[in-house]
Amino acid sequence: MRGDDVPTTPPTSGSGRPAPAPAPRAPGYFGRPVLKPPVWTWEVPLYFFVGGLAGGAAVIAGVAAVARAPKALVLPALVLAVVGAAISAGLLVLDLGRPTRFLNMLRVFKPTSPMSVGAWILSGFGGAAALALASALFHLGPVLFWLGAGPAAVLGGLLATYTGVLIGVTTVPAWAAHDRTLPVHFGMAGLGCGAAAIALAMGGRLVPPLRTILLAASLAEVVMGLWIVARRHGARDRALYHGHGAWLLHGGGTLTGPATTLLLLVHAPAVLVAIAFLVGALINRYGWVLAGKASAADPEAALEAAR
Amino acid sequence: MIGDGKDSTNQRENTFVADGTTVGFLTDVTLCIGCKACEVACKEWNGVPDDGYVFTGQSYDNTGALSGSTWRHVQFHELDAPAGREGGGAAPPDDLGWLFYSDVCKHCERAGCLEACPTGAIVRTETGGVFVQDDVCNGCGYCVVGCPFGVIGRRDADLPGGGGAYKCTFCYDRQKGGGGPACAKACPTESIRFGPLDLLRAEADRRVDTLHARGVTGATLYDPRDTSVGGVHALSILVGDPERYGLPRAPEVPSTRLLRSWLSAGLTTAAMLAITALAFALAAR
Ligand code: SF4
Repeated sequence: MRGDDVPTTPPTSGSGRPAPAPAPRAPGYFGRPVLKPPVWTWEVPLYFFVGGLAGGAAVIAGVAAVARAPKALVLPALVLAVVGAAISAGLLVLDLGRPTRFLNMLRVFKPTSPMSVGAWILSGFGGAAALALASALFHLGPVLFWLGAGPAAVLGGLLATYTGVLIGVTTVPAWAAHDRTLPVHFGMAGLGCGAAAIALAMGGRLVPPLRTILLAASLAEVVMGLWIVARRHGARDRALYHGHGAWLLHGGGTLTGPATTLLLLVHAPAVLVAIAFLVGALINRYGWVLAGKASAADPEAALEAAR
Repeated sequence: MIGDGKDSTNQRENTFVADGTTVGFLTDVTLCIGCKACEVACKEWNGVPDDGYVFTGQSYDNTGALSGSTWRHVQFHELDAPAGREGGGAAPPDDLGWLFYSDVCKHCERAGCLEACPTGAIVRTETGGVFVQDDVCNGCGYCVVGCPFGVIGRRDADLPGGGGAYKCTFCYDRQKGGGGPACAKACPTESIRFGPLDLLRAEADRRVDTLHARGVTGATLYDPRDTSVGGVHALSILVGDPERYGLPRAPEVPSTRLLRSWLSAGLTTAAMLAITALAFALAAR
C-alpha cells in the first residue's frame, strides 16, 4: 500500500511551510464505502410494485365510480386495491428485522420520516378501500361507499408516489439525485399498472378509458426515462448506468415506456400490452433498489454528493 | 484539558453529567497510537457481538468499518511522511508516518437516523446523544439510509439482538452511572476525550492552533456546523482532507429535501386523478 496511497505534490505555500496533506488516490478511506447500502431484501421492491398497482387501481376505481362506469370495471378495481393493500402490508412486515414488532410503525406519526408517513398512508388506504369494496358488495349505501372510495382514491395516489419520496429522501446518492423525479416516475407507473391489472381482471379487455390511461402512463414513462438520462449527475448517479441494477432499470423502463406505447399504437392484444407494462414496472423497481445498493457502496458517489 | 492529569474527565473516578448538559467526544488523530483499546472496551462494556474474523489485509485494520456490531473503528493510514507533512520538504524522504483515527457515531446535532426512524425508537437523550431504544426498534432499516456518515447498521439476524439497528450509545448507561464512555476511559493517550461539548469545542480550537504552531499545518477540526447537520457531538481533530477518513466535507440531512419531494408526490397524485378523469370523460363522449 505504501507509495500509492498518498501522492506527493510540491509544497504550495511560499513560507516554507509544508502544504496541507493531499487527498489519497483511492476515494475516501482506501476506497471503502462511505455510506451503508440499504438493507432491504426482495420484499421491498415487490412492495413498491404491488403498492403502486393497488394505489393506481384505487384512483381508477374512485374516478370510474364518479363517472358512473359499469360495475364490471369498478368492482375488480376495488378488489385489486384491497388485495394489493393486504399483500403490501404483508411484504412490509416480512421485510422487518423484527417482524413481530410491525405495529410499532403506528406508535407515532413522524412527518420527518417518509417511512412513518407511508405506514399511515398504507393503513388509511387499506381501510378506505376495504370500506368501499364492502359497501359495494353488500349494498351498504352510497354514503359508506363514498366515505371509502373517495379517500381511497386520494390515498391511492399518495401510496403510489410516496415510495419515490421514501427512497429519494435518503443519503443514497443515485436516489437522492432524483428525489423529485422518483415520485412522478413511480406514481405514473402505478397508475399504468392499475389500468393494466384491471384490464387483465376484466378478462383481458382494455376498455377505452383504461387504454387512454395506459397510453398516458407509458408516455409519462418515456418522458421520465429521457428526463433521468438527460440529467446525469456524474459519479453521484452512475450506479444507474453500470451493473445489474442498471440493466433491470433500463430494461424495465423500456418495457413500460416505448414498448408499451408502441404496442398500444399498433393495437396489439390487450393481454400482451398489460403484461408488458406490468413486467416492466416490476423489474424496474428491482433495478432502482439494486442500483441504490451499488450507489451507496460507491465512496466517490457519496463524497461527491456531499461537497 | 490535555495533560489535565487526574482532573481530566477521562481520569476522574466519577464523571457525573448533569441532565441538560450537552456532552461530546473529542477524538484527536495526532494523539492516537492505534492500540484499539477503545474498540475492545466498547465491545466489552456494551456486549457487542463479534462480527466475523475478517482478514482485510489492509494495514492493521481488520475491522474495516463502523457497523451495527462495531461502534468504534480505528482506521490505519500508512503515509510516506510524518502526518501533516506529506509533500512538504521538511522530512527526510525515508521518514514514514502513521495516522490512526478512531471513528465513531457523530451524534449529529440534527441526526438523519433519528429523523428517519418511523417508530420513534431513536431518541435524543438529556445529554444530547442520539440513542436507539432497542426494545422499540422493529428493524425496518430506514435509519441506515438516513445517516450521512454510514454509521448505523442493522445487525444480522443470526447475531445476538439480531434484526435491530445498532450504533454507539454514547455509553448512556455509564453516563448515568457517572462512569463516562468506556472508549474514552480506556484510551491511554487521551486521544478520545469526553466532556461538556462547549468546553471540548474550545479545547479543540486551541489544540488545532497548537498543532499549526508545531508545523502540522494540515490539522483541522471536523465539526460541520455550516451544513444542515448543524455540527456533531463527536468532534474530530484530523490531519488533512476529511475525505481521507471517509468523512464527507459537507454532510447533509436528507430531510432538507422532504418538502420538494413530497410536493412532487402531491402534484403527481393530482395529475393521476386528472388523467383518469380525462380518460373517462373522453370515453363517455
Ligand atoms: S452519525 Fe449517523 S447514526 Fe450517528 S447520529 Fe448522525 S445520523 Fe445518526
